[in-house]
Amino acid sequence: MRFAYTFLAWLPRALLVLVAIGLLNFFLIRLAPGDPATVLAGESGASDTRFVEEIRGRYGLDQPLWWQAATYLRNLATFDLGMSYRMQRDVADIITERVPATLLLTSTALTLAIIVGTLLGIRAARRAGTWQDTLIGAVAVLCYATPVFWAGLLLVLLFSVSLGLLPPFGMSGFIRKSGIAAALDVLHHLVLPVVTLALFYFAVYVRLSRASTLEVLGRDFVRSARAKGLSETRVLYGHVLRNSIVPVVTMAGLQIGQLLGGAVIVESVFAWPGIGRLAFDALIQRDYNLILGIFFVSSIMVVLANLLTDMVVRAIDPRVGRS
Amino acid sequence: MRLHDFPWRIGVGGALLGLFAVIAILAPVLAPYDPFAISGPPLVPPNSSYLFGTDMLGRDVLSGMIHGARVSLVVGLVSALCSAVIGITVGAIAGYFGGAVDRALVRFTEFFQVIPSFMFVILLVAILTPSLGSIVAAISLVIWPPVARLVRSEFMTLKTREFVEAARSLGLSHGAVIVREILPNAMPPVLAVGSLMVATAILTEASLSFLGLADPNMISWGYMIGSARSVFRQAWWLSIFPGLMLFLTVFAITLLSEGLGDKTNPNLRGNQPGL
Repeated sequence: MRFAYTFLAWLPRALLVLVAIGLLNFFLIRLAPGDPATVLAGESGASDTRFVEEIRGRYGLDQPLWWQAATYLRNLATFDLGMSYRMQRDVADIITERVPATLLLTSTALTLAIIVGTLLGIRAARRAGTWQDTLIGAVAVLCYATPVFWAGLLLVLLFSVSLGLLPPFGMSGFIRKSGIAAALDVLHHLVLPVVTLALFYFAVYVRLSRASTLEVLGRDFVRSARAKGLSETRVLYGHVLRNSIVPVVTMAGLQIGQLLGGAVIVESVFAWPGIGRLAFDALIQRDYNLILGIFFVSSIMVVLANLLTDMVVRAIDPRVGRS
Repeated sequence: MRLHDFPWRIGVGGALLGLFAVIAILAPVLAPYDPFAISGPPLVPPNSSYLFGTDMLGRDVLSGMIHGARVSLVVGLVSALCSAVIGITVGAIAGYFGGAVDRALVRFTEFFQVIPSFMFVILLVAILTPSLGSIVAAISLVIWPPVARLVRSEFMTLKTREFVEAARSLGLSHGAVIVREILPNAMPPVLAVGSLMVATAILTEASLSFLGLADPNMISWGYMIGSARSVFRQAWWLSIFPGLMLFLTVFAITLLSEGLGDKTNPNLRGNQPGL
């Protein structure tokens, strides 16, 4: 019942966000210098009038503006993201192929960042004011200040070029191998990109969970738990964690969009075959229709992730949303 | 007193940042060569005449690093300023008036907070063609939500205070109360978050130029690293040194922001989301 309610509360917000993103896309194309049809066709299409005419007809570019916007939104509603005139393929198809790789990368990185960040944050809060707290804080600041792409290049220099332990790029497990060999290949290639992406976000969770743990440690129920003789570990992981992790999960939900942005960088550095790398390639070729499609699909991923975090928060803390 | 409580972070962060500001201002004097000119053989490793080596075309890396400070600092400061203006306006109106206005503005803020903002910046800069102006505009447009949320919550508590009531009963307009009475009191925590916006803006600019979306007329650290990617196994100095400058700049700002945050509001720590 609770989850059904969460879903019903989420649905109108999610639809609103997606419609707004659709309209944003629609107007962004009109910001570009020149005729929207030639912009959508990309530079190669400019010389080919056949494409331009096709686009004009498809998007109704001779119709009034509101009608064009309505047509655009109607197309989005049926997941018709148009054509990539550079790649001569349907944008929706190109993106769908690439989504699993990005999901694998971002979800693994986020999980890693949350687990390590929360554990270190709790540790720092428990030892607040000692050298351990200072050390953990310093590591978090250092990770926060390291540009994601630079961290990626440094890790490649260290682990691939100097030590020869991990491959810098060239993941093919999704395509060429099968079974356990494929899984191992993917895992092997996953390590560096995941660590790179997780480094930045982990810093945020360390600070958040340190602050919220300190706050929860001061509450009455913690005193009761200690008074009834529970060990410090049970107090922390049985009573405190459940309360102090809520802001971490909420923040993680808010950061999915930024995580996808980080994926553009990481996938470009490691040639990871996801939508981030696709966005980079589309950017270089000025394939605007493809970039717009990627922006829209990432927004869908964000609103879905928001639903998921809403549900997780509710499962952890049943009081949320009752008022 | 714990190590955490000393204002050393403001000192170290401020000093480092001051150093970078001097480097940026005096760049033409300090740089040994023109950063765009071919001043030596290509891919020379660091030595005494090219302290940090040369790139694929034979341009001096040190000169690029010195000139790159300009783009980073200008983009960082101007974007943070613009985003602070947006954030303060939205947050102040929402927090002061409350009700339906507040609900609408909170939704608006949430929208900009959840969208894949870096992809939005990429789109905007690519469509407007990369220049200092379009980069600053795009970054300012996406990094303001944390400021708006903070200002809103400050305004919601401050507007119930007696001095606000007194100002209202003296006949001051809403605008005057917002700008002259409440805003100055809400500023200290905004300063801490605002300084972190500078760091976010610098990192975003660096990522953009790393991907090739840089102002073609100005050299930037991200651009230097991005353009050296194809040779980075052989010529590590091309990516290591400019990246170090970026890292130190953002590190200095983070220290400064944390120091300011501790001084103005001890509850603020850990609440600032990053890029």
